[in-house]
Amino acid sequence: MSDLSSRKLSRRKLISTGLAATAGAVGLGVAAHLAQKYGLVPPDHRGIYGLGETLTYASQRLLTRHSLAREFSSSQISKPPFANQIEPLTDEFKRLQAGGFAEWRLSVNGMVARPSSLSLDQLKSYPSHTQITMLQCEEGWSYIAEWVGVPLSRVLDVVGVLPQARYVVYFSMEPDTWDSIDMADALHPQTLLTYGMNGDQLPVGHGGPLRMRLPRQLGYKNVKFITHLTVTDDLKKFGKGLGAAAPEFGYAWYAGI
Amino acid sequence: MAELESVGAPLATSIPASVSSVPATTVTPRHSLFVRVTHWITTLCFFALLVTGAELIISHPRFYWGETGNHLTTPLFKLHIPSSRSLVPSGYSYVLPDQNGWSRYLHFQSAWIVVLTGLLYVISLFFSGHLRKNLFPRRADLSWRAFSSSIADHLRFKRPNAAEAWSYNLFQRLAYLFVIFVLFPLVIWTGLAMSPAFVSAFPLTVTSLGGQQSARTLHFFVSLALLLFLLVHVAMVFFAGFTSRMRAMITGRPGTSTERT
Repeated sequence: MSDLSSRKLSRRKLISTGLAATAGAVGLGVAAHLAQKYGLVPPDHRGIYGLGETLTYASQRLLTRHSLAREFSSSQISKPPFANQIEPLTDEFKRLQAGGFAEWRLSVNGMVARPSSLSLDQLKSYPSHTQITMLQCEEGWSYIAEWVGVPLSRVLDVVGVLPQARYVVYFSMEPDTWDSIDMADALHPQTLLTYGMNGDQLPVGHGGPLRMRLPRQLGYKNVKFITHLTVTDDLKKFGKGLGAAAPEFGYAWYAGI
Repeated sequence: MAELESVGAPLATSIPASVSSVPATTVTPRHSLFVRVTHWITTLCFFALLVTGAELIISHPRFYWGETGNHLTTPLFKLHIPSSRSLVPSGYSYVLPDQNGWSRYLHFQSAWIVVLTGLLYVISLFFSGHLRKNLFPRRADLSWRAFSSSIADHLRFKRPNAAEAWSYNLFQRLAYLFVIFVLFPLVIWTGLAMSPAFVSAFPLTVTSLGGQQSARTLHFFVSLALLLFLLVHVAMVFFAGFTSRMRAMITGRPGTSTERT
């Protein structure tokens, strides 16, 4: 091939590629700014998998902000319900269990008007919500159960969430077990603090006496043995700043997929 | 050959008269730059999806039909491989290390990249004429005689001649169309049908497949079909001439021996 033609072609290519690259970079910058503004960037967006994670979270947040998880008929409830392995129970847990969980407390603080400490009886005195939904594990197995609990939004109403709140961080009695969700999930009508399952008390094997239930996210976001909630506008203040214990072990913060 | 000449013509006219004697092949590659780039991005993503998909299966190598399935229910079938979870009754005395964290991250990141790349590719298929020219069966291929002779060539493992390096034969065209318009859409659909958040907005994606576990089982089989395509595709590249076919997909030109012969 002649040098002349290749130079001519490559100059034209260079200009058009340069223009396209500039447009792309400007577009990405604008997109990143808008995503940050509308809360479409997950806390674990840094690192080599940040691109995929951000695309998944942002697109699912846009598509599913108000959508309801599928609910099933009572004939579809899995019998018997499968309970995954749990860590050995702590002494403190065993002490509370011996007392019939009468001393179990859910403390709520952070960006709330009235920091509170609620007993199970108090939680059960609020209007309950019952749902028959699927619990899906990231490993691939699943089951359907009937869950009874108080909508998290109700508890947040009781304590008075401040308008600048962006996330709810929830902690388990199990050591180093905590997670968080954005306000779209926290205020979602199917997000429950569950205390009942299949017509009975929530068994310890399933996270009783109190488990976070998010039917639109995978099993590991449904943290067992909930004792504490903190409402915040900044997840960087917690742990390594990745929004949950799971990303510190290599698992994504957002588990809607 | 006449067809190639005419394809090269518009490009040739944009070249100054002094160099118009340069053969058209030097500016008309066997595979356009766009096809080459999207091909190799897809290859990379497919390998990542394959490896991470296998890793994810290892954590629960059991498959079910319907909505739910777990260790307490009867599987449709199971793979007799060791597992990365101690609860799985795999029949092996050891448990493999858990690789699901990065496997899930990489699986979805590769999925995003390959879906976006595939979208650009399909759009360009329609606008560039690549679909009509290179992928739809040629009119001449549609006669019974052409069809049976093509079958005979494949059965006899007849090596393609040099001219055939410049176009796809009937079975190549059908295989590529099937992968692009059937297998890829199916693997995306069955993948999305496993996402609890996605199906909350679009429940029909999973109910039409018979349930979430059915979607997982179908995702596995469609992936196997794609793997089968990959194996045959690579075998055919070796059979037709590894160097010339690889050179064509990397540089755009099959090589000096087959050029304009």
